Amino acid sequence: MSAISGADPALRLRDFALLIQNARVNLHEYQAKALLSRYGVPVASGRAVSSGEDAAAAAGDLGGERWVVKAQVHAGGRGKGGGVKLCDSPEAVRESAERLLGGRLVTPQTGPEGLPVQKVYVEQASSIDRELYLSLLIDRADECACFVGSAAGGMDIEEVARVTPEKIARVKVRAATGIMPYAGRRLARVFGLEDAAAREMHDLAGALYRLFDECDASLIEINPLVVTGEGRLLALDAKIAVEDNALFRQPDLAGLRDPGQEDELERRAQEVGLSYVSLDGSIACMVNGAGLAMATMDLIKLQGGEPANFLDVGGAADSARVAAGFRLILSNPRVRAILVNIFGGIVRCDVIAEGILQAVREASVEVPVIARLEGTNAERARAMLDGSELTVTAASDLADAARIAVEMAA
Amino acid sequence: MSILVDSSTRAICQGLTGRQGRFHAEQCLDYGTRILAGVTPGRGGQECLGLPVFDTAEEAVRATGADTSLVFVPAPAAADAIMAAADAGIRLIVCITEGVPVLDMVRIKAALKSFDCRLLGPNCPGVITPGQCKLGIMPGFIHEPGRIGIISRSGTLTYEVVHQTTAQGLGQTSCVGIGGDPVRGLNFIDCLEMFERDPETEGIVMVGEIGGTDEEKAAEYISSEVSKPVVAYIAGVTAPPGKRMGHAGAIVAGGQGTAEAKYDALEAAGAAVTRSPAEIGATMAKALS
Repeated sequence: MSAISGADPALRLRDFALLIQNARVNLHEYQAKALLSRYGVPVASGRAVSSGEDAAAAAGDLGGERWVVKAQVHAGGRGKGGGVKLCDSPEAVRESAERLLGGRLVTPQTGPEGLPVQKVYVEQASSIDRELYLSLLIDRADECACFVGSAAGGMDIEEVARVTPEKIARVKVRAATGIMPYAGRRLARVFGLEDAAAREMHDLAGALYRLFDECDASLIEINPLVVTGEGRLLALDAKIAVEDNALFRQPDLAGLRDPGQEDELERRAQEVGLSYVSLDGSIACMVNGAGLAMATMDLIKLQGGEPANFLDVGGAADSARVAAGFRLILSNPRVRAILVNIFGGIVRCDVIAEGILQAVREASVEVPVIARLEGTNAERARAMLDGSELTVTAASDLADAARIAVEMAA
Repeated sequence: MSILVDSSTRAICQGLTGRQGRFHAEQCLDYGTRILAGVTPGRGGQECLGLPVFDTAEEAVRATGADTSLVFVPAPAAADAIMAAADAGIRLIVCITEGVPVLDMVRIKAALKSFDCRLLGPNCPGVITPGQCKLGIMPGFIHEPGRIGIISRSGTLTYEVVHQTTAQGLGQTSCVGIGGDPVRGLNFIDCLEMFERDPETEGIVMVGEIGGTDEEKAAEYISSEVSKPVVAYIAGVTAPPGKRMGHAGAIVAGGQGTAEAKYDALEAAGAAVTRSPAEIGATMAKALS
């Protein structure tokens, strides 16, 4: 069973950071907390601002003696990256906000270029007795929602999961019943909560599941969930990602998308209905279908080359999409050859050929283009490519296409 | 013989009057598939492609005696269409629709347990038994009746495998695209079981991809339950961790769902694995010789 129970919780936990990177709509902390609060999850008083002056004013309005200023970016590890500042005067709040705003924050999860900070969240500092970890996501193997909880919360949860996986508990919520009271009881036990705090945990679990279900979340992560000095539960940091496929029925949440936090090329691809992922190699590929696109990348590697990207032009590819695909590919200066691999089913190869010719003509493509077109109208497409004055090499099969591309890129 | 569909399959098409539904249903009809009626709420009494259109799946099933449904209904209404089909007594639902919310699928999978009904998909190319019945969006002409069963999470990559097995002269008994979503209907194991039982299937090609642990589970099943040769290919060896590769389910997360882990499990289970997507057909020919 070991292969399957590669449902190793240590590994699973890392999924969360990745889910965040891949969802189109991620909520910033301040948005997530507003939503949590609406569902009855306790959060500290805070305000999102975009200037030092507003930050200082927020601190004054919120009251108290100490505040936390937090950079609002779509990445974890903000504390390690210097994006979370504890301040003991409104003046210090102003200074921290001014240092963070307008800059880019680099954290262990952002890559070296970091992410732009356009807002900071000013929050009353809380007294912390214990830090817990709690999240809710879809368990793929069991096809249901699942809480993941650990009494060892805080910044190093992934390390905890790796070293002591027995400290991670998973509590599943079955679709047939929705959340039942025992889920809250189990989590309270995992967290070592008693009496009033255990009852709060019960309410909190119910609130989180309602939010998850009603908002089509793909992930809610509260890390840390703290037990305050007063013995109350409080969501100190929160991430929420909304499932792409459900955005049609979540218009308010769809409106919270922040394109400034996304990869530029991948965002442009999405806008024209293409699926694109940048890679480090020199051979660009344009393929219809995600599986065939991955297989094409793998074959390039097998032939001794390195793929420059993943690009799926989709089942409904037309010449305009192919042209858009070429423009994306060509904005990567490392590209030395372009391999087009189309297996025409829904897509007609002659339409693709027309798109290739048009794009090569208009975008003045200077690198070799190798096209392998198979399936519906493939012969007509090959004739179109062979008959054109442009230098597009028609390959006869998949292995041939990859080999020629690797040779030409060398 | 074959699995899931054959010349006796009687189908309806939900979403027949939409652009996608009409286009693909026409191709299925041309292939010889018996699609007997369409379902589009609000279009009852009309005709489309010479077929009667009904407002509800229940009426369409009652009028035609259909046992199978091909679903092209757009994602927001796909869950409704699937449950309507199940409730009407349909035994096999083939859902082509892409973009069905995962929470809808979680609810559907739980609900379908109380029906005698199989779901294929969503976000899949469908199923074909060459020469008999095509219920899906695959190009029919690349298929050839023959000896190989094909199971795949991908669409066009399946066509590639079909093309190669046809070129090797092996042909196919049935080809099943199980779809690229993380929560889906029929899975590898369901199809392996059917192909193992099908007397005409001599070998099985399994095309997996990164993400999840379904291929690992299939490997365990193969080692204990499958006697026929299995050829396996896994797409995504070069996919970077943490990036979703097109399909909703295709993501390597935290070292889990890697192509390597899947290859290791399948190799240990005795499957003939190939690292080259161009040699899947040849590997099967060798495994059968």
